[in-house]
Amino acid sequence: MNATPAVLVLEDGRTFEGGAYGATGLTLGEIVFNTGMTGYQETLTDPSYHRQIVVMTAPHIGNTGVNDEDNESRQIWVAGYVVRDPSRRASNWRAKRGLEDDLRDQDIVGISGIDTRQLTRILREGVMRAGIFSGDALAPGGERLSADALVAQVRAGQEMAGAHLADEVSVPDAYVVEPPEGTETIAEVVAVDLGIKAMTPELMAQRGIRVTVVPSTWTAEQILETNPDGVFYSNGPGDPGAAAGPVAALKQILDAKVPFFGICFGNQMLGRALGYETYKLQFGHRGINQPVMDRTTGKVEVTAHNHGFAVDAPLDGDSVSPAGYGRVKVSHVCLNDNVVEGLECLDIPAFSVQYHPEAAAGPHDAGYLFDRFVDVMKGAR
Amino acid sequence: MPKRDDITSVLVIGSGPIVIGQACEFDYSGTQACRVLKSEGVRVVLLNSNPATIMTDPEFADATYVEPITTEVIESIIAKERPDALLPTLGGQTALNAAIAAAEAGILEKYDVELIGANLEAINLGENRELFKGVVERCGADSAASRICHTMDECLAAAEELNYPVVVRPSFTMGGLGSGFAYDEEDLRRIAGAGLHYSPTTEVLLEESILGWKEFELELMRDRNDNVVVVCSIENVDPVGVHTGDSVTVAPAMTLTDREYQRMRDVGIAIIREVGVDTGGCNVQFAVEPDTGRLIVIEMNPRVSRSSALASKATGFPIAKIAAKLALGYTLDEIPNDITGSTPASFEPTLDYVVVKVPRFAFEKFPAADPVLTTTMKSVGEAMSIGRSFTEALGKALRSIDKRSANFHWEGEAPSGEQIDELLQAITVPTEKRFIQVQQLLRAVLAGDTTLEAIFDACKIDPWFLDQMLLMNEVALATASAPKLTAEVLREAKRHGLADAQIADLRHLPVEDVYAARAELGVLPVYKTVDTCAAEFEARTPYHYSSYDAETEVAPRDREAVLILGSGPNRIGQGIEFDYSCVHAALSLKDRYETVMVNCNPETVSTDYDTANRLYFEPLTFEDVMAVYEAEKAAGPVKGMFVQLGGQTPLSLAKRLADAGVPILGTSPEAIDNAEDRAAFGRVLEEAGVPAPAYGTAHGIDEAIDIAESIGYPVLVRPSYVLGGRGMEIVYDREQLADYGTRMADIGDHATDAPLLIDRFLDDAIEIDVDALYDGEELYLGGVMEHIEEAGIHSGDSACVLPPVTLSLEELERIRRSTEALAKGIGVRGLMNVQYALVSDVLYVLEANPRASRTVPFVAKATGVPLATAASLVMTGTSIADLKRDGILPEIDAAHIDMSQRLAVKEAVLPFKRFRTHDGLVVDSVLGPEMRSTGEVMGFDDTFPLAFAKSQAAAFGGLPTEGAAFVSVADRDKRSIVFPVARLHELGFEILATEGTAQVLGRHGIPTRVVRKYSQGRGADGEPTIVDLVNAGEVPLVINTPSGQGARADGYEIRAAATAADAAIVTTTQQLAAAVLAIEARRRGPFDVLSLQDAAGARARNVIAGNMA
Repeated sequence: MNATPAVLVLEDGRTFEGGAYGATGLTLGEIVFNTGMTGYQETLTDPSYHRQIVVMTAPHIGNTGVNDEDNESRQIWVAGYVVRDPSRRASNWRAKRGLEDDLRDQDIVGISGIDTRQLTRILREGVMRAGIFSGDALAPGGERLSADALVAQVRAGQEMAGAHLADEVSVPDAYVVEPPEGTETIAEVVAVDLGIKAMTPELMAQRGIRVTVVPSTWTAEQILETNPDGVFYSNGPGDPGAAAGPVAALKQILDAKVPFFGICFGNQMLGRALGYETYKLQFGHRGINQPVMDRTTGKVEVTAHNHGFAVDAPLDGDSVSPAGYGRVKVSHVCLNDNVVEGLECLDIPAFSVQYHPEAAAGPHDAGYLFDRFVDVMKGAR
Repeated sequence: MPKRDDITSVLVIGSGPIVIGQACEFDYSGTQACRVLKSEGVRVVLLNSNPATIMTDPEFADATYVEPITTEVIESIIAKERPDALLPTLGGQTALNAAIAAAEAGILEKYDVELIGANLEAINLGENRELFKGVVERCGADSAASRICHTMDECLAAAEELNYPVVVRPSFTMGGLGSGFAYDEEDLRRIAGAGLHYSPTTEVLLEESILGWKEFELELMRDRNDNVVVVCSIENVDPVGVHTGDSVTVAPAMTLTDREYQRMRDVGIAIIREVGVDTGGCNVQFAVEPDTGRLIVIEMNPRVSRSSALASKATGFPIAKIAAKLALGYTLDEIPNDITGSTPASFEPTLDYVVVKVPRFAFEKFPAADPVLTTTMKSVGEAMSIGRSFTEALGKALRSIDKRSANFHWEGEAPSGEQIDELLQAITVPTEKRFIQVQQLLRAVLAGDTTLEAIFDACKIDPWFLDQMLLMNEVALATASAPKLTAEVLREAKRHGLADAQIADLRHLPVEDVYAARAELGVLPVYKTVDTCAAEFEARTPYHYSSYDAETEVAPRDREAVLILGSGPNRIGQGIEFDYSCVHAALSLKDRYETVMVNCNPETVSTDYDTANRLYFEPLTFEDVMAVYEAEKAAGPVKGMFVQLGGQTPLSLAKRLADAGVPILGTSPEAIDNAEDRAAFGRVLEEAGVPAPAYGTAHGIDEAIDIAESIGYPVLVRPSYVLGGRGMEIVYDREQLADYGTRMADIGDHATDAPLLIDRFLDDAIEIDVDALYDGEELYLGGVMEHIEEAGIHSGDSACVLPPVTLSLEELERIRRSTEALAKGIGVRGLMNVQYALVSDVLYVLEANPRASRTVPFVAKATGVPLATAASLVMTGTSIADLKRDGILPEIDAAHIDMSQRLAVKEAVLPFKRFRTHDGLVVDSVLGPEMRSTGEVMGFDDTFPLAFAKSQAAAFGGLPTEGAAFVSVADRDKRSIVFPVARLHELGFEILATEGTAQVLGRHGIPTRVVRKYSQGRGADGEPTIVDLVNAGEVPLVINTPSGQGARADGYEIRAAATAADAAIVTTTQQLAAAVLAIEARRRGPFDVLSLQDAAGARARNVIAGNMA
């Protein structure tokens, strides 16, 4: 009830008074909201949230604590965490500890007790930078900083547009995820870690793919040298427009006609490699209830999203890749706002989706895309 | 995939009378469906026997049949209307069973009617427990280990294998009727015996016990393109063992990780596909073992269910409406989300708030009933609330229940010592009281005298929920002990759901001071919006809930607003009939005003976001209503508030609201007082020159005895200020009255502490119910209903006929004059209900209520006059003369009888079968002045016998056309029964009678078998009494006219047995005559059916022809 005071400050000068949650101190980042009602543990450990302050629209967070199985990477990545009602008690048979323990241990500054709905209604009007201040960061030497001083710090923070962040979240060394025992290995895939989630190689491995996860800095030559059956580009943080390296590498992979599958940031990389532009959405898609239509089958899948940028490709009919990769089809669209959610190359073995078939958190409706990847690799042989 | 063009006409079946387990949620879903179908240009043919529903208002369908829901009637309607399709999934189990029966009888095939929204195979797979287990297995999921049994021997053998306790679940019954836990063989024989009886397929399932597991539900929808969405997850706070309808439930689920939730979602989707629900909704229930997470599928409903209504209100995703569209062939992505207007329905709602539902019970009406909550639903209603946190929502939900004993309190010391042990023992058994017991124990946790873990071990309510309730106790303690009631203290208390009344108790302050302090310190709620998307997109629909948070979303408006208070949770005596009037007010005033609905009952049409212009899902307490008023006043001009339509709950707020400056529209609070206050009402009666039975008001039982002796026995005695005749009894002598005093003192709740009202009871009276409208100048007599049952039975429980069948025109004119005098004397502006008793040519007033009554919808259906609409207009200032001029009211009112008018019989439906004593017997089903029926049906036909026959068919399956008839009548009736009983004999009935009656019949040459009275007990050689015979199902027709006290009691025993055995029962000679004529009519052939629309046409033609008496 009498938590340490904390203040959330938006770039536009608005402030929200609440209580410190997790670590105290200062954090700055782009502020975004996530509408998932479950899966905070997966969300927090999703590298795509690197440098972002995440607002949870679901009011109660932390109810099931934290367990040792559901992390999507080696650490919490969010820059800051905004919740309304943090749970005082974890209740779940798998829970190992409380959520706030992990936030504190990993020095994640958060705030609780604010009107997160009001905040969300502001954020849906446009993306902003923000900062959370508590403890010494809010009142150095016990004297509280003025609102202007706080806002100035927020405005001095880094913009997401133009940020190249994949290298900051990628693993330093390659590692291999083997198919589970008893599953025959049917393909070798190099997965480029631009911020990969643990569930992605896991779902590939379940289908008999031996996955070598490699750092984002690997060159096309390094990748092609392993003679893979397919190459995969993961999700990840940052502005796709600032990721020239991965795009250049991908072009070489496409030139080599190696089957390619990309998710999220990987979809944006494919889009740019094919010669389309990417752009920043008004407030992004972050949730696990988004309706996407698979335009091949006409069926709707409910999917997990986490993207602030999107590919600008023609929705009607097939288009021709401006970069010379032949015909391209927008294979998936979001039914809420007609944003491009998937690309399919008709003349080379490459496809990608903007959303998250690996779920975690989220529904499993789009899991078939991993099977499609297997089919594409088979077809290319 | 666009709409199918091969469906131009659809038959929709409603759910019939309100019963426990199947309440007005199906009026909500059915009304939505009818609206959708009509707006899609489909001709809607509707069948529902329940006249209290909105869906049966003529404007919601093209042909509305208020007829019994039987195979025979369905065939008649289909033959007449020739619909292309039958939509059976929106009328609960009743509609589904009726559709199955019609299909099995070959009717659908014969008339080429397609079943849409579900197919028989899917229904069977979903509802047949053995087949469903196979479904679950094919979906790669687990069910509880179980055995299907068709005989008691099979049950006993299965229980040996599964080990006690075992769960007993009969197949194809609704609301879990007949199911329960058997801890030993004795239990098993009792529960499974009843279950085998109730199952239409004589089939029960015995299952391994999963008692104490966590329970969850998912609401799913699927379209014909195989798209599936999960609309809502619901978590039951009460663990497995309590029917979900009796549980406190929460949406969304609170204690699942994403992995567990997605596993549940995958299984749910696999099940809806495997079962083959092609289009529409279904509900799947799960249990999760708390220590291991093992997931078990409990059951599924392949149709719109009670939980669907809750899920719709909880999320803003209108399941029934979408289900109707899907049935017409649309796919989810083609249907827009009404709330955002910009996104499709093929998404899954996400909530940024917490929804809590709390059941409302009525055990006080059935003192003998076993209070233990089981897998058979026993609650009669529910309240839902929405808050930004669980504590806020729970606090609001508990006060929405409108029952003081059901709310958290901090009176006295926290339990200690032995009390703790007793309470820990008590909460191992789920009852209505458990939630409060747990809250009291949590007080002891704060005192360090017990632990949350100990409480969890005893009740198995998830520790997360216990911790939240602990938090509420901590906040209460902090509120009580704070040195000053600061803004911070108040804000914290309000954020965690504490009511002003609770804060007042904690601080020993008058509640007004708490309200004043909040107003002064600016601790006021804001209003958030239910938008399906957690604010991701803008909402167009003003569906609001209060929260103590920062930003309010109430939009400013220019139009003047009218606020309508609903009736809160359904309870016996206050249910769907009141919602009906509220809905009509909202609909009829929409053109002239911004209508604003305030209600907390998720089952109703009034809480559909489409009904009023704005919806506030809020408790109906003074505090919450005032807050809505203030918010709306800040948004724009407010004309005033309707408190007279939602029954006693809003009416009781009238005075405080008026004192606080709220303009009350229609009848003023002073006028309401004129009718409620005995002394004031006495003056009104005197001035109006209308006699009432002698009466008095007593403080204490001694004074009551004095008064009773001065006015003479029998007397009707009751506490003042009660609803539905609570605590009302007929007392025949001093001894009985003294006993009444003792019993009331033992109960000792707020009602029984009130002064006692004593009225002379008029035996042998004809009771008459009148609904009228008064505008200050003119009276419009809406309907005059003549009771069929003897006097002394609550009007809500007795059958009645409209227009009256034995009253003369002179008597009707007298009724009209008296009603007008009363309306004028009280100061009514709008609706008034008066109950009269006609004895020896004297018309006594029993009661006058200046509000909408339970019978308003029945009158509207029977007469075709939109009484509720007219009332709303009168309450906002339109005169009756204007309404007549505009054609809303006809020129001629109910004081005149159109001789060719159809007759409508209203029959009550009673819940006795649901309530068992601990030994498994039906509770004593004595009918009396305390109302206990849950619902009603209407029989509508050209003659009284036919209308009567239909009402009996609709209420309980109908009068028998052959078999044994038992006759036992009062001496005064012996003469008049001879002819009808002789006719029964001619029709082939075997006549049974007790000694005295048998002699009379025998002397008239009617062969009669003598049977023992109940009071005689079994004979020396075990010869059965009549009650035994009825219990054995050997007597399908019971004729018993009571007289005097002893016989009345004997009759009650027979009636209880008849109720349990579904036998027909006749209690007056008039009813007997009607019943015999009805039986004859039944034997002549099937019922003729006529839609309300055709009846209205015929009525109009008659008026033109001047065919009036």
